Amino acid sequence: MIAQLTLIERQRAILISLAVTVCGGLIIIVGRDDVMGVHGALIFLSGLLMIFRIGGSYYLPEPSGDRLAHYYDDPSKVGIILSMAWAVIGLAVGDWVAWQLVDPDLTFGVGWSSFGRLRPAHTTSVIFGFGGNALIATSFYVMQRTSRARLPDQVTPWFVVFGYNLFCLLAVTGYLMGITQSKEYAEPEWYTDLWLVVVWVTYFVLYLRTLARRKEPHIYVSNWYYMAFILVVAILHIVNNLAVPVSLGHSKSYSAFSGVQDAMTQWWYGHNAVAFFLTAGFLGMMYYFLPMRAGRPIFSYRMSIISFWGITFFYMWAGSHHLHYTALPQWVQTLGMTFSLMLLIPSWASAGNVLLTLNGAWDKVRDDATLRFMMVAGVFYGLTTFEGSFMAIRSVNSLSHYTDWTIGHVHAGALGWVAMITFGSIYACVPWLWKRERMYSPGLVEAHFWLALSGSVIYVFAMWNSGVVQGLMWRTYNESGTLAYSFIDTLIAMHPYYIARAVGGLLFLIGGCLGVYNIWMTIKVPGLSTNQASDVPQPAAVGAGVLQAAE
Amino acid sequence: MIEHAFLVGFSKSFGLFYLIAMLVAVVIYAMKPSNKKRFDDASRSIFRDEAGPWQ
Amino acid sequence: MSLFGVHYRVERKAIGLTLAIIGVASIGGLVEIAPLFTIHQTVEDAPDMRVYTPLELAGRNIYIREGCYACHSQMIRTLRDEVDRYGPYSLAVESKYDHPMLWGSKRTGPDLARIGEKYSDQWHVAHLNNPRDVVPVSVMPAYTWLLTTELRTDDLGLHLKAQRAVGVPYTDDMIANAAVDAYAQANPDSPQADGVIKRYGKATTMRAFDGNPSHLTETDALVAYLQILGRLTDAAHRTTAQAGIEQ
Repeated sequence: MIAQLTLIERQRAILISLAVTVCGGLIIIVGRDDVMGVHGALIFLSGLLMIFRIGGSYYLPEPSGDRLAHYYDDPSKVGIILSMAWAVIGLAVGDWVAWQLVDPDLTFGVGWSSFGRLRPAHTTSVIFGFGGNALIATSFYVMQRTSRARLPDQVTPWFVVFGYNLFCLLAVTGYLMGITQSKEYAEPEWYTDLWLVVVWVTYFVLYLRTLARRKEPHIYVSNWYYMAFILVVAILHIVNNLAVPVSLGHSKSYSAFSGVQDAMTQWWYGHNAVAFFLTAGFLGMMYYFLPMRAGRPIFSYRMSIISFWGITFFYMWAGSHHLHYTALPQWVQTLGMTFSLMLLIPSWASAGNVLLTLNGAWDKVRDDATLRFMMVAGVFYGLTTFEGSFMAIRSVNSLSHYTDWTIGHVHAGALGWVAMITFGSIYACVPWLWKRERMYSPGLVEAHFWLALSGSVIYVFAMWNSGVVQGLMWRTYNESGTLAYSFIDTLIAMHPYYIARAVGGLLFLIGGCLGVYNIWMTIKVPGLSTNQASDVPQPAAVGAGVLQAAE
Repeated sequence: MIEHAFLVGFSKSFGLFYLIAMLVAVVIYAMKPSNKKRFDDASRSIFRDEAGPWQ
Repeated sequence: MSLFGVHYRVERKAIGLTLAIIGVASIGGLVEIAPLFTIHQTVEDAPDMRVYTPLELAGRNIYIREGCYACHSQMIRTLRDEVDRYGPYSLAVESKYDHPMLWGSKRTGPDLARIGEKYSDQWHVAHLNNPRDVVPVSVMPAYTWLLTTELRTDDLGLHLKAQRAVGVPYTDDMIANAAVDAYAQANPDSPQADGVIKRYGKATTMRAFDGNPSHLTETDALVAYLQILGRLTDAAHRTTAQAGIEQ
């Protein structure tokens, strides 16, 4: 990896690492009376590790000019490995907390392992660790190929990948120590947030610099989605995290907003994190990897453009459906509901585009588990967006809100759409990146697919049942006009569903572990290498051996 | 001091106007016959097999 | 030159797309959120509303640190069964000093918006120590260590100062005496107790919350916070008495 860097790039990388190390040292000093000091030490060690890594290879010969004739894929490779590592961590923690709701003593009596601290560790690991790394890795891959331009330099992409993972590490370790802002999906504290702003701006500038070098006059639609993902997440992140720290040496900060304004800002953030992180980014992924794997162009490019702008402007209004029947003014609730219903149009346009692209290639879907991952992702995307619009209706929401129905809905999207499209794209991308003929074991891809699908279905059905049952029990009155069930009665009713949910999650986790093993072996086993000279993947239609039927 | 009623009124009316204008603009852009060739090209552009980046 | 021209045109397209995305995406949020910042013009004020005492604020921070908000909401909706189960529906004014708000999004456990003084201190202490001692089927984790962990008070003044910076009306007097007030609120017999009453009002709950006045623990702070929930103002009780409830 370091051998690929020029001498000047090695020097630059050391300088940046040094700056990080110094920041870490400063945080150790100012935060010595607070848990923040531990984070300082973590930052310090990360910087030091990078300096030693680069320093150790500093005198290697410089790369030849030939490198410029190829795309720069090392950061994508590392990003994909990190993404899979976070997937296993995040899914494992998620299943652990699921079992804690079956048996609450699975915390083993220590503070860091209680549900409240592990829950954000789970959500951050899967959303930002798994999803974020996959988005960064694939966006580098896609933007270079669709622009026919190499990344403009070899230091910035590494800064983005490692800087982003430092953010994830600080976030997750922070929750375990009790560092949190309590804003869902925006839990990291002020200094971690500031660091993400630096990384994120660098990421966007890198994107623009690569696009500026492109040969094609038209910007391929995947890049639109990726750009919207980066840009809007930046806006959301900065606004929602405005806060005043207790002091420079305290990890704790107080949000600039309070009460009803804070609630609206938080769910404007929360809902659009779903829109732009978990939807737009992964649609960008889908619009490249699905046609490449299927060997057919996207069914309707026009539809992809219309749904792009639809998503960009409808989603922004929909956040207030998280606050139905609360102290938020009713006109804002109504606005949120209306736009949530309209969101169905661009969402189904995208889902339809997936299925219509595959129409006529169903034999490939039958034989190729990778393509099937992408197809099922499209189906789940369609179902989840329909369910989301439905749940945004006030009267439906009065039943579903605060119950497990919401958890089921979120996981239909997260497991069914986000994780499936990511696994599909990674299985497509890994052989192309490492120049292998195919994945190490198509059979394991097949097994992963069925584990992921059955895990998701069990999970979602368990949560639908438990949510609807609990919601109905809460509002049931007996003949004398008093509430029929205590809160504790509903807990007893939930128990079997909580077991089913944890089993579904376990299946999904086992699938993820198979994926890690398969990817690792694909990289390690040299016998699979192909003499593919081109950096551009062979579309499945012509690429020999890409499709391996597991019959 | 900005009036609350004014802001709410503006949000409700402008919101609708903005929605319709946006929709019309996007549909015109996407459906304009002169853009058809460009979009068809773009959807196929990812398959164009070139050895590596443009230098 | 021509090469430069090509690059210029190409970049203009990417930047145009960037600006279009920013424009389209930010207007929705602005239009929806901006009016909320003038909402105080229409919402009834609560003159009796008081701020959190330093001990309650410290307890609130423990509530946040332990992620209690992941399973407990603090927002009673305007629905009949919620009002019957939890009490008068929540008003916007009740969380106006909550930076950040803790409305929550999931009820794995019950709503806590009006939990204050529904149960005794002893119940809360026993429940936090091991929920299954008092609620056999509870799925809540045990927070045993809170009972033995000393509460950090030396920096409470800084906390109040930061709260004032975001708009909570803490006085200089409150900030200067934050650590002492935290100690005194859980030691009602101490000579400093009068100061708490003077600064935060007669209605302030002054008790050894964890049952042991000699140690100021994190349990003291957390129970003090739980016991004030829904009791910073009477506004909700007044409103419910006046208005009908949406079904």
